[in-house]
Amino acid sequence: MLHVTLQQGGASINPNNVRLRINGSEVAVPEGTTILKAAALNGVEIPTLCEIEGLTPYGGCRLCIVEVSGTSKLFPACTTPAAQGMEVTTQSPKLYEYRKMVLQTLLAERTHICAVCVANEHCELQANANNHGVDHVMYERNWSCESIDSSHEFLVIDRNRCILCTRCIRVCDQIEGAHTLDLKFRSKSTNVIMDQDQNWGQAMSCTSCRKCAKVCPVGAIYIENENIEFTKDRDIAAFLSKRRRRSR
Amino acid sequence: MIKDDKRKAMLEKAYIQHNYQESGLLEILHSAQGIYGYLDKDLLLDVADSLNLPPSHVYGVATFYNYFKLKKPGMHVVTGCLGTACYVKSVEQIMTAIEQEFSLKRGGSTADGKLSLLSTRCIGACAMAPNIVVDDEVIGKATKEVVIAKIREKLGCEAVETR
Repeated sequence: MLHVTLQQGGASINPNNVRLRINGSEVAVPEGTTILKAAALNGVEIPTLCEIEGLTPYGGCRLCIVEVSGTSKLFPACTTPAAQGMEVTTQSPKLYEYRKMVLQTLLAERTHICAVCVANEHCELQANANNHGVDHVMYERNWSCESIDSSHEFLVIDRNRCILCTRCIRVCDQIEGAHTLDLKFRSKSTNVIMDQDQNWGQAMSCTSCRKCAKVCPVGAIYIENENIEFTKDRDIAAFLSKRRRRSR
Repeated sequence: MIKDDKRKAMLEKAYIQHNYQESGLLEILHSAQGIYGYLDKDLLLDVADSLNLPPSHVYGVATFYNYFKLKKPGMHVVTGCLGTACYVKSVEQIMTAIEQEFSLKRGGSTADGKLSLLSTRCIGACAMAPNIVVDDEVIGKATKEVVIAKIREKLGCEAVETR
């Protein structure tokens, strides 16, 4: 389900480069680069929750939406390739409001209580909510009751805190190559599963590599008795995939 | 379940038809459900092994689609249409009445495994709303009484057939 290939590279002078404007300043990036990557290469940060460098983009969280001139439609920066002559705006009152809305829906969907979360103060959802001035949730909360699985030796999943960004699934598939994790069902009943919806401790294909816990943006997957500061490592996927490419 | 030789041979045929390619996954799941009636975990594992796919992926695909059944359905299957027209014509009430009458829950079967109650999206007979499908028979403009009588008839027939 998650198969979008992207060309990535750092060459600046190249006939295949496309020129576009991001927040008014002109930039050139190789063809096929996403808007998000183009912005990052030029020091413009776009908030995102599901995107992580080194993995295929997913386009699920919708936090990275940007405005493109000539259309009123908003585009997810992580899956939209940069095109010649594009004029992209990454910050505007409209985008701010939309992002705020996205964050509130994420917070309302499951039971997020920061005070009793392992990832408190090290949570990307919390940080983004703070940055966007989300001080309350205007939607009715689901208060859904999802399962917690601590059957693994040291990895724990608390699905109440999951935002279904699929980072863990992608890192498990694309970097570790185990594909232990996947999603089951759809819409409201969607959840992360191990193998055939087994307890984690009984999932044969799990290599206990911890990468799922490292990339989890929230406190859904964590390592028992380990400080979350040590666990979290956003760059692990990029670090491994870059070096893997070189060795080929 | 998977050891049944005749059915296993049919499943093997489906694999060969799709050349054990992962692109044939959905088609194979369709055939597998046709052969076995439902997809249990052993069967899904067999599909995953044969197509060299991760078991979690196969399980994810099978649970994503409403069509695939992971639990053994009852001998008789009653399906309520939850499309907009049927919903407005209060198909919910009929389904609740069936649940109470035969003491089963939506998506489940009765304790004796003779009857299951499922729901589906639109079956395309909106003019006849509300629709209830009993086995392969569509009951249009359904009422509680008619549907329950029909189910009783089916269950009664079963007793005669097994004799």
